[in-house]
Amino acid sequence: MPHVMTPLAVTAHTATSALGHGLDAQLDALRGERSGLRPNDFSSAPLACWIGRVDGLETAALPAALASWDCRNNRLAWLGLNQDGFLDRVHAARARYGASRVALLLGTSTASIGATEEAYRRLDADGGFPDDMLRAAIHTPHSLAAFVAAALALEGPCLTVSTACSSSAKVFASAERMLRLGLIDAAVVGGVDTLCDSVLFGFNALELVSPGPCRPFDAARNGISIGEAAGFALLERIDAAPDATRLLGYGEASDAHHMSTPHPQGLGAELALNDALARAGLDPAQVGYINLHGTASQKNDEVEAALVGRAFPATTRASSTKGFTGHTLGAAGIVEATVALQAIEHDLVPGNLGVDTPDPICGAQFAWRNEQRHIDVALSNSFGFGGNNACLAFARAGFAA
Amino acid sequence: MSDLRVHVEGVGLWSPQLADFAALRSVLAGETPAPAPVRPAAATLPANERRRAPASVLLAIEVAGQAVAMSGRDAATLACVFASAHGDQPITDYMCATLARAPAELSPIRFHNSVHNAAVGYWTIATGCHAPSTAIAAQAASFGAGLLEAASQVLADERPVLLVCSDSEGSGPLTEVTGSNQPFGCALVLAPAASAATLARLDLRLVPPQPDDALPEPLAAWRRTNPSASSLALLALLAGNAGSCRLAAAPALGLQIAMEKVA
Repeated sequence: MPHVMTPLAVTAHTATSALGHGLDAQLDALRGERSGLRPNDFSSAPLACWIGRVDGLETAALPAALASWDCRNNRLAWLGLNQDGFLDRVHAARARYGASRVALLLGTSTASIGATEEAYRRLDADGGFPDDMLRAAIHTPHSLAAFVAAALALEGPCLTVSTACSSSAKVFASAERMLRLGLIDAAVVGGVDTLCDSVLFGFNALELVSPGPCRPFDAARNGISIGEAAGFALLERIDAAPDATRLLGYGEASDAHHMSTPHPQGLGAELALNDALARAGLDPAQVGYINLHGTASQKNDEVEAALVGRAFPATTRASSTKGFTGHTLGAAGIVEATVALQAIEHDLVPGNLGVDTPDPICGAQFAWRNEQRHIDVALSNSFGFGGNNACLAFARAGFAA
Repeated sequence: MSDLRVHVEGVGLWSPQLADFAALRSVLAGETPAPAPVRPAAATLPANERRRAPASVLLAIEVAGQAVAMSGRDAATLACVFASAHGDQPITDYMCATLARAPAELSPIRFHNSVHNAAVGYWTIATGCHAPSTAIAAQAASFGAGLLEAASQVLADERPVLLVCSDSEGSGPLTEVTGSNQPFGCALVLAPAASAATLARLDLRLVPPQPDDALPEPLAAWRRTNPSASSLALLALLAGNAGSCRLAAAPALGLQIAMEKVA
């Protein structure tokens, strides 16, 4: 079993998704139980499905000094960094600790593959990339983190985690290890993924995309709705911000089962949950809210609902918020971490939007509609292809496990 | 900050010129080893998976299998850090070309093999490994950043970690921007404490960015053919008795590595 970890302060956080730009827009939509999903209007040959699209990216150009990084994913990253005063908080941390003592650890599933797709649609007569797309730095999985490092002028450890849909949850774990070892004094964590043909047509080929808005944990659910999002958090030691909400623990584990379907008994998910509870020093009954992975795929929701049912009492409330945002893939971990943080900071259990008939496998823990209640501890589950599982635990400042 | 001290228990290596770590030793001794087979054997994979798995997965699993075998550890107990600058380039080339031509024809299997964590996914499935596993990227610094991530896992959680860093060769128009001309993969098994299996001790320290260390030919030429081959500076060191090298951990961050042979 891991040791109980020293909690870290989440001194700033932000999210931009189909719910809008920044945390206020997200909270408004959650409180109003308003979905950000819309009929697919992305790409030249849109599939018949619903998507979670961020408005305004087409006209949100990057600052001139960063123009060589231009692509949809980096535009969304820049838009996200400019919400909730996040840039100022990073600049303050950089000034306080030094640029080389702040790590940048970001998750993404496909980074700016949309730009590579575009280059292939517009190949030169000689079969090569057109001149304006001959920008090597945007045709790699590290495009996002390298861009954000340049935009924030950070010089510490800089890493892309790309484990599909758990990517931007696992960055919290990397940050905690580096802080604990004294390699850094602060970390910018987060993730960005944008709509692109690779994921729309890819998940469609796997027959995992719903023709309508996704319905997580509904008895008649029929697949995911793909979304795009950017989210970031700043992690520091508690003495830097004793009143900030805290990262209490994290867990990571592998299913060792199948590349694209979860372990039938949720083995890896349960190992990740137990790892997170052990690091946080938590008993399951102390958990007030769990933001579930809840993709609305048949298998994920079946396995995850069973895990919630056997691991938690009914006083622990649980919901998926993918009916609000869609499945934002590599950004899901950070977006849903901010939902868990907002649950603590605003005493809000968001309802599991999109359900007409709850799947009977779901227990009394499920919050089908919004609930206003005091939440001290919130978890967030993120599971990815390849059987890659992560669980994060957050707590109100002053909460003692 | 004190140095990060980790212990190397196994080394894996594969490129068209180097079938394993022993082949690198013989090159450095002035000999000419037999070239590697056309495809990595990747014997850790069950036969049916080996037939279906893409080349990038075979490469990563080949070097992982070599390093774990040398360590004598049970693969199921090792946390996994798999690094790659570009992931599977032939699959990226296929996906982008298909999406440009006939998107509805995209292959579902190639799509799920396109995730950056495909290789570590196949590895954990083949070895029954439920330990934490991750897939990372850091462009030209992927090996150094992966070594830093792996060492921080070794020390923070006091557990052995398998580090793999591999890149496939380029494919199609993509090759012009990835500059990856041939496959290269390497792997290390790293442990927190010395044991009978320890081959070498590494002391890692974060330092300001430095230019690459000079390497003898043909290693210097090989290093230019693939981003994962930046690891050759450390692998050459491990083939000797003691010394130090520098690697990029990020564009603005260097990793100073002091190596002392133990076995």
